[in-house]
Amino acid sequence: MSGRIPHSWGRYPSSQPRQLISCRDIQTLPLPGEPLSCLPFGNGRSYGDVGLNNGGALLLTRGLDRFITFDPATGVLRAEAGVLLSEILALIVPQGWFLSVTPGTRFVTLGGAIANDVHGKNHHFAGSFGCHVRAFELLRSDGERLHCTPEQHGDWFQATIGGLGLTGLITWVEIQLQRIANLWIVMENRRFGSLDEFLALDAEYESRYPYIVSWIDCAATGRALGRGIYMAGRHAPPGIFKAAPPARRTLTVPLMPPISLVNQLSVAAFNRLYYHLPRPVRGLTPYPPFFYPLDHLQEWNRLYGRRGFFQYQCVIPPDRARAALLEMLARIAASGQGSMLAVLKRFGNQVSGGLLSFPRPGVTLALDFPNQGQQTLDLLDRLDEVTRQASGAVYPAKDARMNGASFRQYFPRWAEFSRFIDPRFSSSLWRRVIGEG
Amino acid sequence: MDKGFIVRNILIIGATSAIAEATARRFAATGARFYLVGRNSDRLTAIARDLEIRSGQSVHSESLDLDQLDQHPALLTRVNRIFGAIDVALIAHGTLPDQAACQQSVATTLAALHTNALSVISLATLLANDFEQRRRGALIAISSVAGERGRQSNYVYGAAKGMVSLFLQGLRNRLFSKGVQVITIKPGFVDTPMTAAFEKKGLLWAQPDQIAQGIVAAVERSRDEIYLPWFWRWIMLIIRQIPESVFKRLKL
Repeated sequence: MSGRIPHSWGRYPSSQPRQLISCRDIQTLPLPGEPLSCLPFGNGRSYGDVGLNNGGALLLTRGLDRFITFDPATGVLRAEAGVLLSEILALIVPQGWFLSVTPGTRFVTLGGAIANDVHGKNHHFAGSFGCHVRAFELLRSDGERLHCTPEQHGDWFQATIGGLGLTGLITWVEIQLQRIANLWIVMENRRFGSLDEFLALDAEYESRYPYIVSWIDCAATGRALGRGIYMAGRHAPPGIFKAAPPARRTLTVPLMPPISLVNQLSVAAFNRLYYHLPRPVRGLTPYPPFFYPLDHLQEWNRLYGRRGFFQYQCVIPPDRARAALLEMLARIAASGQGSMLAVLKRFGNQVSGGLLSFPRPGVTLALDFPNQGQQTLDLLDRLDEVTRQASGAVYPAKDARMNGASFRQYFPRWAEFSRFIDPRFSSSLWRRVIGEG
Repeated sequence: MDKGFIVRNILIIGATSAIAEATARRFAATGARFYLVGRNSDRLTAIARDLEIRSGQSVHSESLDLDQLDQHPALLTRVNRIFGAIDVALIAHGTLPDQAACQQSVATTLAALHTNALSVISLATLLANDFEQRRRGALIAISSVAGERGRQSNYVYGAAKGMVSLFLQGLRNRLFSKGVQVITIKPGFVDTPMTAAFEKKGLLWAQPDQIAQGIVAAVERSRDEIYLPWFWRWIMLIIRQIPESVFKRLKL
């Protein structure tokens, strides 16, 4: 880590771990001395404090980055938990495979993808990341190793999928990949003028496209409220004989890039540029810009300055979604704190079974707000009111401020889950929403 | 990485070191075949499996105590039996001795010199002769900027690395006309488990992959001696200029 204190992607809250411990191999679990608690820290892409352990120790897992097995015939891959999805893609895409589920950045570790049971644009089609995990090993602080599959130690499997890193150290993970014919995505873009149009488009496209996501203009008010761009895509079929696209060159290696150019762009200009980019109605695009539009702007979180920013992602059950989302958009517009990048998507019915998994049937809205102190916190509390009333939930991987009562309502199985927490493990988020236990 | 650069058979001594592992991954991207030698067999197995998947080639590995110099000739025979001929050999093993402990114990000092200098020289000698005979091959060894000047804080390590650097210079001179490449790698501070005891703050600390990138580039461009990262060349240029009468007073 070169002595850098790990922070989360939102750069809020600040956190001071007492000890940083680098994991190097999966044979051993290096624990901090008593009474320090510890928490696995992968690549620091979760936004709030789910990956932080203020006053405790962090187990840095990026050193656990070896592939263990890969069968190009079946698409089953086993790798150590600190391997990045980007590293997996570099290996598997040339061999005709793709991740069954990928979040919006490929710079997350396998372990982090499980701990947060991450989702992607294909949730309505394929569920969350945890739905494609075949097995993993959980190493407990007492040295016990649990080989977990849906059948074997199924209770530990379900506790660890979406388990916020608290159930022990995930040493390796085995996932099922999906076949692809090439690296192209067939995509379709549609503008929508309102939330109702979005819902109508969704009904039309959902069964035809595995990947769907929408950008929504959060600054819009009045008649424009709820307008946005609907983007659907699927892996291109065989027979696309287009030359491989030129590699988009990022300026440095993906691991530790100090890019200053991005800092100089103003947040507003970035949003305008990104949002108003002319888009073809139909087209072919290589997979990276489709799945990872922000990955080539490395360290884009710096756009938000030293104080960092908040993400707010909620999911609202289908029957309550329309009214709740309209209410949220109205509250955001009224606050004058427009979200820079707002994303709307429907979650399907397939769930991973993780006790604390966030994805569940409904419509999810993701927003980000520069940290302007109390007024931002107040706005987020007002959004939580809506989410609670609509029986929704907020995504812990992106949260830095929800209160304990909200968390316990959103994740009613928290008490059942807490029995699986490793006695030496803890996190800033868990202490915030549940207490020292 | 230059796509035109094709390496076939790569021997890595000290393959579980962080720099060696990072370098192997970069070579793997070019479709290399590996023979890995290291001490910790669990870790070696994990690295070998990983490189097999990354390179798409079978990887051989064996765990060996490299301090046993009499084992070196047989090792080379085994490697050549598998490979036919070695294209690139990377000698990357080493320890960071505790300077204070060395000062109190001749045995500890000699053990550090044995591991970091003599075993390297033994292997380099055998490999050089093999390469010379075939009139091909690249021999890379990881020395250190610490070998450029003796400092009170780590002169045992420094002496070992200085010996390695000087030895490689001679080898290079001898083998140049035979078409054999000898490359000395001089890293500065690298964030690895070997340096775990240090407070790793500041710009001088590099990641293993930065060093790996430099090593692969050095082979590609047929370099002789390189400092990694590059700025160490200039730092060491200055440090070498300081007169000994001044240097001896410094707290380094």
